[in-house]
Amino acid sequence: MKRRFPVLMTALMFGYAFLYGPILSLIVYSFNESRLVTVWAGFSTKWYGELLHNQQLLDAAWLSVKVASMTASLAVVLGTLAALALVRFRRFRGRATLQVMVTAPLVMPEVIIGLSLLLLFVAMQDSIGWPDGRGQLTITLAHTTFAMAYVTVIVQSRLAHMDRSLEEAALDLGARPLKVFFTITLPLIAPALMAGWLLAFTLSLDDLVVASFVSGPGATTLPMVVYSSVRLGVSPEINALATIIVLLVSLAVAIAGVLLYRQEKRAQSEQNQG
Amino acid sequence: MKRVPLPRGRGLIIGVPWFWLGLFFLLPFLFVLKISLSEPVLAQPPYLDLIREVEDGLVSISLNFGNYLLLWEDPLYRGALFGSLKISAISTLFCLLLGYPMAYAIARAPSHWRLPLLMLIILPFWTSFLIRVYAWIGILKGNGLLNNFLLWTGLIDQPLEILHTPLAVYIGIVYSYLPFVVLPLYATLVRLDLTLLEAAADLGCRPWKQFLTITLPLSLPGVIAGGMLVFIPVMGEFVIPDLLGGPSTLMIGKLMWTEFFSNKDWPLASSLAAVLLVVLIIPFVALRHFEQRSEEDAA
Repeated sequence: MKRRFPVLMTALMFGYAFLYGPILSLIVYSFNESRLVTVWAGFSTKWYGELLHNQQLLDAAWLSVKVASMTASLAVVLGTLAALALVRFRRFRGRATLQVMVTAPLVMPEVIIGLSLLLLFVAMQDSIGWPDGRGQLTITLAHTTFAMAYVTVIVQSRLAHMDRSLEEAALDLGARPLKVFFTITLPLIAPALMAGWLLAFTLSLDDLVVASFVSGPGATTLPMVVYSSVRLGVSPEINALATIIVLLVSLAVAIAGVLLYRQEKRAQSEQNQG
Repeated sequence: MKRVPLPRGRGLIIGVPWFWLGLFFLLPFLFVLKISLSEPVLAQPPYLDLIREVEDGLVSISLNFGNYLLLWEDPLYRGALFGSLKISAISTLFCLLLGYPMAYAIARAPSHWRLPLLMLIILPFWTSFLIRVYAWIGILKGNGLLNNFLLWTGLIDQPLEILHTPLAVYIGIVYSYLPFVVLPLYATLVRLDLTLLEAAADLGCRPWKQFLTITLPLSLPGVIAGGMLVFIPVMGEFVIPDLLGGPSTLMIGKLMWTEFFSNKDWPLASSLAAVLLVVLIIPFVALRHFEQRSEEDAA
């Protein structure tokens, strides 16, 4: 076993370099003075300044944040319900279908999700007049549909490994099921809900393909603006934007990681004492 | 076992997500099928309804299989389907070849190292996919970072043409989908019973033979799950072939996008989607099969 470690370590190091090299190159060149991205012409933060004056980009970012927070909140509610149904109720009619419907969006190509939802929205508008037109609402509905699948997976695994004795004790002592859910179950699965919310938020914020299909005139999300600018070639402004996104995400993940770590430590020490 | 909690809300807990996914995930596929059988017209929306009222009370139903015939006869569409299959299969293989040693190394690392190492695998997945693909344009293009570096080392004396070739598409896919193979592989490798390996070693089994006869077969569920998590979405990938590939990189997702957005041919785009969906059923069933098995193992 020991002898193989150098080989494995090399593979691991190569893998991490492969994963982080491109991101690092974006960050470095976002501080490049020159518009020619590959020629280093000195340190500058001017592209960050230009970013702040790009009204089209700022509007798109604001729309994306609105859609992403709506999506994440809806997806957490729906995903938690789906996870509860699948973990707590072992037998019910339609269980297999529900299981497939929460797994399929995880791998379903985005072009299919986007096109099929667009056709649905067009048909619905034709027959019942809702949703009226396409834009923020249709993008949110579409994003919620695939984001809730990710939330379901996260919450499902948390529920499956959860200690049920507290819930059972509360029920034995006469607490109502709804109260048990809100005072015991929910706090216990809170970290999973938070992770699910954050994942749904970033998935929605990042989506280009589905949003392009189900969006209408006047509703342009951030990835749509980035895509049309990227198609024209490399631009230092996009590098600056990428750097900001990477920093925000790393910060969020670091905070979430520390919170989870502390909670685990606390749980461990409580277990040791008990 | 006692059934806790919310026995009364049972209908609601099951019904609400079921209704949502039924409406927004299952039902739309029927519309894809329906529109794929209709005729394109210059109108808004750009297709003829299958069921039309010709006169008072007289209804005509017309099904148009022309789109599917075209997909089969035109070498462009057939080429895109087989091109997607080839690119997905090869990039899945490379993801596994790179991901397996990484997952193995993490699973065998000291236990307090595992979580941070895994977090480092997942972290890029949380940053924008579009931007990470875009980063490769700056690296791979003619006067990009990679060429500049290779010219500087003297390994080459002319810039390599990588961007807008199939190679760039492979690099982009392996890069973007690597976390999807590492995670399930890690999950199976970390649960591997090490005493089996010890027993084999005690009986004189060489390390590479231990790997081939014990580790690899036992980690097969992770290999299949990870492989399918790459293969299925890559079949419909649009962003990577569009930004990194050239005109010769035919993929079905990119073609669907062109038919829909540039040619405004919704029926043809729908029939492409329907064909893709049918092709993906087999790998999806394989994925479900292995997921169910690991769920049962965990329970």
